[in-house]
Amino acid sequence: LGGSCANLLLSHSQITRLYSRFTSLDKGENGTLSREDFQRIPELAINPLGDRIINAFFPEGEDQVNFRGFMRTLAHFRPIEDNEKSKNPTASEPLNSRTNKLLFAFRLYDLDRDDKISRDELLQVLRMMVGVNISDEQLGSIADRTIQEADTNGDNSISFNEFIKASFVLTLHTLL
Amino acid sequence: MELFFNPFDNLVCILLGISFTVWFTLLLVFIIVPAIFGVSFGIRRLYMKTLLKIFEWATLRIERGAKEKNHLLYKPYSNAIIAREPTSLEEEIKEIRRSGSNKDLDAAPEFEMSDIFYFARRGVESIMDDEVTKRFSAEELESWNLLTRSNYNFHYISLRLTVLWGLGLLIRYGFLLPLRVTLAFTGVGLLVFLTSVVGLLPNGRMKNFLSEKVHLMCYRICVRALTAIITYHDSENKPKNGGICVANHTSPIDVIILASDGCYAMVGQIHGGLMGVIQRSMVKACPHVWFERSEVKDRHLVAKRLSDHVEDKSKLPILIFPEGTCINNTSVMMFKKGSFEIGATVYPVAIKYDPRFGDAFWNSSKFGMVNYLLRMMSSWAIVCSVWYLPPMSREEGEDAVQFANRVKAAIARQGGLVDLLWDGGLKRGKVKDTFKEEQQKLYSKMLLRLSWDFP
Repeated sequence: LGGSCANLLLSHSQITRLYSRFTSLDKGENGTLSREDFQRIPELAINPLGDRIINAFFPEGEDQVNFRGFMRTLAHFRPIEDNEKSKNPTASEPLNSRTNKLLFAFRLYDLDRDDKISRDELLQVLRMMVGVNISDEQLGSIADRTIQEADTNGDNSISFNEFIKASFVLTLHTLL
Repeated sequence: MELFFNPFDNLVCILLGISFTVWFTLLLVFIIVPAIFGVSFGIRRLYMKTLLKIFEWATLRIERGAKEKNHLLYKPYSNAIIAREPTSLEEEIKEIRRSGSNKDLDAAPEFEMSDIFYFARRGVESIMDDEVTKRFSAEELESWNLLTRSNYNFHYISLRLTVLWGLGLLIRYGFLLPLRVTLAFTGVGLLVFLTSVVGLLPNGRMKNFLSEKVHLMCYRICVRALTAIITYHDSENKPKNGGICVANHTSPIDVIILASDGCYAMVGQIHGGLMGVIQRSMVKACPHVWFERSEVKDRHLVAKRLSDHVEDKSKLPILIFPEGTCINNTSVMMFKKGSFEIGATVYPVAIKYDPRFGDAFWNSSKFGMVNYLLRMMSSWAIVCSVWYLPPMSREEGEDAVQFANRVKAAIARQGGLVDLLWDGGLKRGKVKDTFKEEQQKLYSKMLLRLSWDFP
């Protein structure tokens, strides 16, 4: 586990802590987590986007995630430190870089994983966030305005590059 | 052949006989007689001080050993991953937007794609650590108390430590456990027998007096059977007749701890087996409130019986645990409002266990009752503090839920526990959808604030 952890850049004690968390969530004690194990966390169950976030842990078509996968996904959210950039310039981009964080968010919107956010997908995610409190028309106009502003190549959907520009999140690393 | 064995046999018998007599006399003098009269020799406190010194030494030894080998020690509370300050949904989303776009914020409160980061971050934080699920498993300790069950750094550190641990094992299982089991049987047996005897008397002052003495004596024996070292604070606030005593719930032992210092009317469901026998004989001596399984579902019936009991001032105060389930003694969870609707004076009690000597939390999904009791009896001791808080009554314009929360906050504050609004029932059940709907409503309000008037 040590080798593949190197580019996750988590400290030894953080990994121990996460492993302890992983085992306490793993009620079936079989070394993997299922979606039900995540849904048992009340604060996650009441999160409007809880199901989408849980989905981010599971690779395409799979129902179980092991500790390595668990750590990889969580490593996206470790804060970026400036002194890390110069450490190993030849290594592939660390998981928690700005771009990868944006990719994580992009995938929350992109329901069918086709690398585009269509109007329909945007509407569905918006509906998850607002519940029943906003009418279809209002929600539709919000979605239309968002796509209009972000879509630069006119295909009526948002690609990852357009998403990066639209989010305009210049100083993202201070947040996550 | 026979000649060879006979005198030897005799000698062994005599020796066994003497040691049994000595043992029982010691038991009687040092444990049972003080229990009857409610006095203490102070042996247990001395025991506790000695143990603490040994634990400190053991922890230092582990830390030193780990440093020598360059291992990093696993410390449950010092490696917190998340540093969180409490802010509202609106503040946080504004913060996210502000650091991104150059637009004037107040002019465009509508949706931004980056809003999703708020929910993503909250979700991931709750996956890394949340306030609720950790309350349903045993608390993690900072120092080691020579029990393998609570050690996460247990490697072979030094010979002295292992010897100490082995010695501890021997003492706990070889000496303390049999002693405690004997005491437990004595205590329970006496309780059943004596309450039945007292039950034969006609109702009156004599009966109440005797029943009180019998109950206290037997509970005190049980307290010694667990080597429970209890400190009672503020005894002037002890519950009086006609009141309801509420306390936070960590284990079935809570009952023994409270009942060895005062007389209460217990509330509960009638069980079968040994528990049922004890319940049935207890109720002969003084009126407890036992429900049949079918009656428990009927909330009106339950409330009526409790309020009838409370109105009769000659009856003892009722003891209730409003959380409804065992929590691991780091927090207090939602109080069920049933007992707060009755309208009697509420006497809150806070119970805090010291986890260094043995974890008292009953994780009912992991251990059955017998297994749990055995674990309790093979720990070093059960050390706890009990605070009697001043009585509270429901105020004007306060409904049962608010009253319950007020009492809960007082208990949490006194016991140094975290006050949570979450329902202890989440141990087994799913969270209600209404909470998610609240989150969605908050977000929608923010989106539409300037444009529409939101109901």
